[in-house]
Amino acid sequence: MIYREAGYFKTTYAADQAVFPILQDRIFVAALLVLAFLLPPLAFSEYWLQAVLIPFLVYALAALGLNILTGYAGQLSLGTGGFMAVGAYSAFKISTAFPDLNILLVFPLAGLAAAGVGLLFGIPSLRIKGFYLAVATLAAQFFLIWLFNKVPWFVNYAPSGTISAPPRTVFGVMVTGPEATAAARYVVALGLVVVFGWVAKNLVRGRVGRAWMAIRDRDIAAEIIGVRPLRTKLLAFGISSFYCGMAGAGLVFLYLGSAETLAFDINVSFLVLFMVIIGGLGSVLGSFLGAGFIILIPIFLTNVPHWLGLPMSVALQKQLELMIFGALILFFLIVEPHGLARLWQITKEKLRRWPFPY
Amino acid sequence: MGPLSALLAPFQDIVQNPTFFAEVLIGGVAAGLMYSLVALGFVLIFKASGVFNFAQGVMVLFAALTLVGLMERGLPVPAALVVTALVMVALAVGIERAVLRPLVNQAPIILFMATIGLTFFLEGFGELLWGSNVKRLDVGIPDESVKVAGVLVNKLEMTAALTAGILVAALAVFFQRTRIGRALRAVADDHEAALSLGIPLKTIWVIVWAVAGLVGIVAGIMWGAKSGVQFSLSLIALKALPVLILGGFTSVPGAIVGGLIIGVGEKTAEVYWGPLVGGAIENWFAYVLALAFLLVRPQGLFGERIIERV
Repeated sequence: MIYREAGYFKTTYAADQAVFPILQDRIFVAALLVLAFLLPPLAFSEYWLQAVLIPFLVYALAALGLNILTGYAGQLSLGTGGFMAVGAYSAFKISTAFPDLNILLVFPLAGLAAAGVGLLFGIPSLRIKGFYLAVATLAAQFFLIWLFNKVPWFVNYAPSGTISAPPRTVFGVMVTGPEATAAARYVVALGLVVVFGWVAKNLVRGRVGRAWMAIRDRDIAAEIIGVRPLRTKLLAFGISSFYCGMAGAGLVFLYLGSAETLAFDINVSFLVLFMVIIGGLGSVLGSFLGAGFIILIPIFLTNVPHWLGLPMSVALQKQLELMIFGALILFFLIVEPHGLARLWQITKEKLRRWPFPY
Repeated sequence: MGPLSALLAPFQDIVQNPTFFAEVLIGGVAAGLMYSLVALGFVLIFKASGVFNFAQGVMVLFAALTLVGLMERGLPVPAALVVTALVMVALAVGIERAVLRPLVNQAPIILFMATIGLTFFLEGFGELLWGSNVKRLDVGIPDESVKVAGVLVNKLEMTAALTAGILVAALAVFFQRTRIGRALRAVADDHEAALSLGIPLKTIWVIVWAVAGLVGIVAGIMWGAKSGVQFSLSLIALKALPVLILGGFTSVPGAIVGGLIIGVGEKTAEVYWGPLVGGAIENWFAYVLALAFLLVRPQGLFGERIIERV
């Protein structure tokens, strides 16, 4: 780094516990936030917003949720898609039942609904762990999707069986529905991610997060030092599902516009799990890096043959994409099993000593 | 009709029409054996290397694709089978070299993720080699039904049942009686102790993955003959998970029994109780059954390892 923490003398506990203890870091993050809020809506094309940035933000939120559960609390889950579906369908039900309710409130409410369902399916985690728990969460995945498919009440008896985002405004600007511009939806998504990313960062470094990590690292020892496994694990399931539920609501309301249960199938669960593992288990930054990586790879792979001027059939391209995707996952796991966040950490360490490494 | 009597009514149907019930049961057994064939591959690899091989389903697909592809190119069935077997062995060697060896000593979840990556790779690779359209696999077993004692029985399903039985017997002999089998069990019990006795860990892993690949060929033939060789074959890997939960991750007979319970359970539930809730409960019944089972007996029916509880 071109700057380091030397010369900062902390005189208060608050300063000691700051998320970004270095002034330059704070300036950098603040500048990044301003840039993220202003630049893309003004300067980026509709394609970039719709195909890259909005899905990135939505999936980053889901990855954050799964990372809380799997990365911090150590409970493997394959039911992310199911919990996201709960968020999406409850957001649809809430916003159509109360059309006057501010849409910004609908997202956390949908998250709460998903959290309730998550708590329910988290109960088996008290007796089982590891791959056994993964199968238990698979039950959640398949059961929830089936439920939303079979009960027409969830889609307001729409014959097509799809839910679509109703047109809603915030401060007079259309943010959901077919009329909303990509820029407006992007700003809402970014706002959600910034607020709840900040909440997550503070959760995982506080008392709750330490309890989660204690359970993850050695549950019996954690219990002996006074962490209650029941409450801690259920809390992880609840909060994780809250994030996944909001991401699910965002997926339909801010990204896709309308969706059916297919948008939340088992592949979504795997996709989010990939993001978490590639990004880095137990890292908030990793959730973002992983989501960015997984979102960008297919776009990159689709465009490369085009840039190189190689004519390719769609089927061949799809197959090559699968192969490269799989190979990349293997490559990253072999090179750095702790994910992109760890790579970033190593880079920072190296840069501290640059240009005079010893 | 109250909800309770609606739930109980199917029992009346069962008593009144035992022939139909027998047919449902046989259909369930047949489906269950198919799951068992996939679950077997899981168990083999989990026993010997502690790797939870998510790619088993796609190995089944890959084997079936290779076999069909070779047969389409005019190879006679026996020759195609031999070549496919060789391909699966080569695949096992490749996986050990490229994936397992660099990841040795990593956490189980990392290895699990690696097999998911492998799944993507193999799926793309298989379709790249042999094309992605649905193929018919015809190995000379007719998919038709005959009446045995008044009950319709499918010939193909009977063949599958027979094959599964022979396979399990062969594997049991292999594990219990042969030198390699003993080495495999030693590795499964304790890697380090096995190493110090001079058992070559890397060779053992290649053997296990190769055997799992060969089991995959059998499963691929049976599934392919039943429902065509297509991408959905790799999804049966997921159905094998509840089978494993029921049977226990480390037990070969458990894989068979678990498969039977899941197969019979989901078929009966679908036929008799499915209509009450709108059908298609086959998709999740197996998982919920496994979930309920986990709460009572977490180590499975035949699993040896007691799961550490909090």
